[in-house]
Amino acid sequence: MGALGFILDAAEGERSWRLAEYVRRGGYTALKKIINENIPPENIVAELKKSSLRGRGGAGFPTGLKWSFMPRQFPGAKYVVCNSDEGEPGTFKDRDILRWNPHMVIEGMIIAGYAMGCARGYNYIHGEIWDIYKRFEEALEEARAAQLLGDNILGSGFSFELQAHHGYGAYICGEETALLESIEGKKGQPRFKPPFPASFGLYGKPTTINNTETFASVPWIINEGGDKFLELGKPNNGGTKLFSVSGHVNRPGNFEVSMGTPFPELLAMAGGMRDGRKLKGVIPGGSSAPVLPTEIIMECTLDYDSIAKAGSMLGSGAVIVMDETTCMVKALERLSYFYFEESCGQCTPCREGTGWLYRVVHRIEHGEGRPEDLDLLNSVTENIMGRTICALGDAAAMPVRGFLKHFKAEFEYHIQNRKCLVPEDVQRAGSGFFKVA
Amino acid sequence: MLEIEIDGRKTEVADGSTVMDAAHQLGIFVPHFCYHKKLSIAANCRMCLVQVEKAPKPLPACATPVTNGMKVFTHSEAAVKAQKGVMEFLLINHPLDCPICDQGGECQLQDLSVGYGQSASRYQEEKRVVVNKNLGPLIATDMTRCIHCTRCVRFTQEIAGWMELGQAFRGEHAEIMPFIEKTVDSELSGNVIDLCPVGALTSKPFRFAARTWELSRRKSVSPHDGLGANLIVQVKHDKVLRVLPLENEAVNECWLSDKDRYAYEALNSEARLTKPMLRQCGEWREVDWQTALEFIGTDLKRVVREHGAASVGALASPHATLEELHLLQKFVRAAGSESIDCRLRQTDFSLDGKGVTPWLGLPVAEIAASDRVLVVGSFVRKDHPLLAQRLRQAAKKFTRVILLHVADDDQLIALHAKSIVAPSALAAELAGIVKAVAEAKGAAVDAALAGVQPSAAAKQIAESLASGEKGAIFLGNFAQQHAQAATLHALAQKLAELTGARFGYLGEAANSVGGYVAKAVPGASGLNAARMLAEPRKAYFVLHAEPELDCANPQQAMAALKGADLVVAMTPFKTRALDYAHVILPVAPFTETSGTFINTEGRVQSFHAVVKPLGETRPAWKVLRVLGNLLGLPGFEQDSSEAVRDEALGGKADSVAERLNNRADGVAITLSASAPTLQRVTDVPIHFADPLARRAPSLQKTRDAAPPAARMNAATLAKLGLVAGMQVKVSGGGTAILAAQLDAGLPDNCVRVAAGHPLTSGLGSMQGEITVERA
Repeated sequence: MGALGFILDAAEGERSWRLAEYVRRGGYTALKKIINENIPPENIVAELKKSSLRGRGGAGFPTGLKWSFMPRQFPGAKYVVCNSDEGEPGTFKDRDILRWNPHMVIEGMIIAGYAMGCARGYNYIHGEIWDIYKRFEEALEEARAAQLLGDNILGSGFSFELQAHHGYGAYICGEETALLESIEGKKGQPRFKPPFPASFGLYGKPTTINNTETFASVPWIINEGGDKFLELGKPNNGGTKLFSVSGHVNRPGNFEVSMGTPFPELLAMAGGMRDGRKLKGVIPGGSSAPVLPTEIIMECTLDYDSIAKAGSMLGSGAVIVMDETTCMVKALERLSYFYFEESCGQCTPCREGTGWLYRVVHRIEHGEGRPEDLDLLNSVTENIMGRTICALGDAAAMPVRGFLKHFKAEFEYHIQNRKCLVPEDVQRAGSGFFKVA
Repeated sequence: MLEIEIDGRKTEVADGSTVMDAAHQLGIFVPHFCYHKKLSIAANCRMCLVQVEKAPKPLPACATPVTNGMKVFTHSEAAVKAQKGVMEFLLINHPLDCPICDQGGECQLQDLSVGYGQSASRYQEEKRVVVNKNLGPLIATDMTRCIHCTRCVRFTQEIAGWMELGQAFRGEHAEIMPFIEKTVDSELSGNVIDLCPVGALTSKPFRFAARTWELSRRKSVSPHDGLGANLIVQVKHDKVLRVLPLENEAVNECWLSDKDRYAYEALNSEARLTKPMLRQCGEWREVDWQTALEFIGTDLKRVVREHGAASVGALASPHATLEELHLLQKFVRAAGSESIDCRLRQTDFSLDGKGVTPWLGLPVAEIAASDRVLVVGSFVRKDHPLLAQRLRQAAKKFTRVILLHVADDDQLIALHAKSIVAPSALAAELAGIVKAVAEAKGAAVDAALAGVQPSAAAKQIAESLASGEKGAIFLGNFAQQHAQAATLHALAQKLAELTGARFGYLGEAANSVGGYVAKAVPGASGLNAARMLAEPRKAYFVLHAEPELDCANPQQAMAALKGADLVVAMTPFKTRALDYAHVILPVAPFTETSGTFINTEGRVQSFHAVVKPLGETRPAWKVLRVLGNLLGLPGFEQDSSEAVRDEALGGKADSVAERLNNRADGVAITLSASAPTLQRVTDVPIHFADPLARRAPSLQKTRDAAPPAARMNAATLAKLGLVAGMQVKVSGGGTAILAAQLDAGLPDNCVRVAAGHPLTSGLGSMQGEITVERA
């Protein structure tokens, strides 16, 4: 596999991230094509619309449509921002893109700047991946030296400056408006919308924010055409997509596959289930996506529509695989703790609700659950969902609902018997950290 | 206009309105905590979630813009479910101990939980506890009660102009706190108590003094700065326990300065005088009113007989009421003297006789509509906290605020331009602006300006003023106290003429305008405040003033008073009158008498007494009326303060507007050529400015009440061979020993020494040359 992959699969070898290597692979041809052929910005946006490229950060918003929201005629500064703050548990694709193919993101952002009339861009990089932030800075230096960034790019008259900005590891800064606040030097807290960033973004100016993988897809679309990108995937779900597979598989890692690939194929690429154990459930799109049990996930194809139909979300493409040794209560406890810890504290339902959810799940896991707790959990999630400023509230609530929906029996067993359905030693064996005698 | 239907009722709202605005317009209440009409929208409490037709989720009314044809349901099942859900979240970590909370009974959370809460909690886990913060002497904290609405944070950022509070940490650990080791020092800080919807921020001085339902709420008017903020004075058992703002959009909006709010503590202080006192043979003794008044009558007659009526003078505080000032001037005039004044800190009186009754020149509420505002000679943020607040808001919009002053204190206003010069150069700098504007407009200027060379800053200011269409020029307290006040007036008036701007004064005290209206200013044959002290009188009547702190030249004032045959001090407090007076009469502070203040915009604001006079204290207007009767003077038959007021106002309150006039013709412009080697810059710090503030213990613990120092810039310190922290001897008409302090915002060769404080009352004039040497 991998023949289709143009983002990661093409970039192999220690030096693959260097400008020279990128150019050797055909890098910056899209930009040059635009400049040489003087392609009008609206054609680029049209091409993106044709490609059905959808935002790779998790929400899956059509990229072409998003770009068309930018008021090109707006006088004054406009910004293009790349969201490389992947903090969702299970997601580790953007760091690999920046590690092995940073110039593809840079080229995508320059094209975005050109298409939307922005003279400045920022790449907001997750705080915990410092080496990658530094590498990206180096890649930027290379691009500047080659006149691919800065004033009058390649003599085209178009100027675009791009800067890297690293966060400090707050999950909430992956929320686009919190990210903007953070770039502005403020505390990372989401803004209330409307107004949306397209009208009131960075420093109050029109701003477009896309995920790293989204920008990385742009040069290919310009080179090969939107139709061809769409053909890589399936209707309404264009292109290939990176899936970060983790958990109980033999070969965890990033896999670039076509949209619409059946889940079992991805599982096979990841080397199948570790030690040949049985699959119990899969979180298909990062920790906030509701978990799907074996019988459902094995029937799914990997695209936005199929997973949504199954009651979950493709999200960022972080596939967390759990085998039969997993205690679902413990798994949920860990997830709920994450959201409790990462809530920004700005709005009431999330600030108060995430702690409540965690404490109840924690109690159940520790044998102190009460029969009414499951209804309570569902009721609390209902009171959080759709009531918050940003999506973190929903992200905290959805896993709880997913686990309760598909693995309710395990929770009930916990409450009644004050212990796990999956015996402790089985869990330990499955974790891979302990050898069983 | 947009059409919207809320709960089946239709209305039209302006474009850009929110659902909350529309609900207010319809009189529909949407529960809320973080929303406040004067603050930016945060939409973080989520209590105002409402159901909007076609919206998949409930939306916050405060942040949802109205769209045409929108249908909103604030009390539908979905809306109430959302609101109740939020209420449950707000309560899970909130201590449900209302009986021991100071906010109990006036708590928004408590009130709304009646409608939206449940009788029992489903939350069985441990509750959050948050460590309290030290926000200074005025604000008490119970941070565990905080619901993170961030109203206080937004207040400090947006209204007070300096972010002194913030929300640190994340999620459930989020805490509202000041910067590390810092307190909240804004002169408007107390407003966060009113804004706090729960008992997290409460009044420190009032803490646990009473429950809200035990308090009577009575209207009053602030007796401090020229704004005349409207007050609700809360009283229990005839004692003032708390002061809150009475909302008046045209005056104080919904705010109070800390001085307005906390000065009431002085009313209950140990320093109150409760019985008339008489000094005989060098001994003070308490006497009854009859004895005291008869003594005054006899002695006054003797002084007039021996020295003539012109030897009688009266010094009144501009914080006295209209009624008091009216009867005092009537009394003095009936006794045959024209020497009365309430402009105690003024040094240049050459505008007298030119028909000027200085006032703001426009309504307070119209300040924000000016596109240019030039403030000359004003510590505006501390002298007029709420007017400065208006300028701060205006500067965020389209008003260019420009400051010409003698000290570069941070006004927390986004100034468009400023020029900071030495006091002796203030008139010349203003003249430079006038000249530059005149040149730009091709207008002629006074011959006195012929030699003026506008500085670069003056040119920049001139350019900005000239480009405006609706300007305003204000002379501040410093300009009014300046030795060249009349020249500054003439220049500002000329500048206003040239630019079409309005021109006025930022009134120094609550009744600065009232003093003129009551004619508590000298007549043609009388002496003004400065001359009354420079040419000592034989008898003085001192009303509400503390001459050693309130007069332009405290040393001279004390010398004159000590040398007099008869000094009658009318004051609510045991002041230093004990050193110089012969009779001290305990008169009522503003809470114990009815009265009237005319604020700087000419607004006549009358108020009633809110409590009974303490001990044998009597309202000064009654005292003066009885004194008039005792001496057999005509015209002292008024039987109520209203009758006195009507007499003072000539029967109608609206006649005041006709009397207000800032225009003076034929005022000579004199520009001084030379500057003294070292000159004094005098401010009157906010909490030293009047007798009440001086005696309010909590205000005196604030940073604004730090003891005066001798402040100089680095160059001046170096030139004098001084270093900051050193004790220095300041001399000028007297001496004071102070600590030297670095103040980078002062011009060269200037020493800033605050007035209004015992540490500096040993000095002479607030204006002019001084010397500083190592102590």
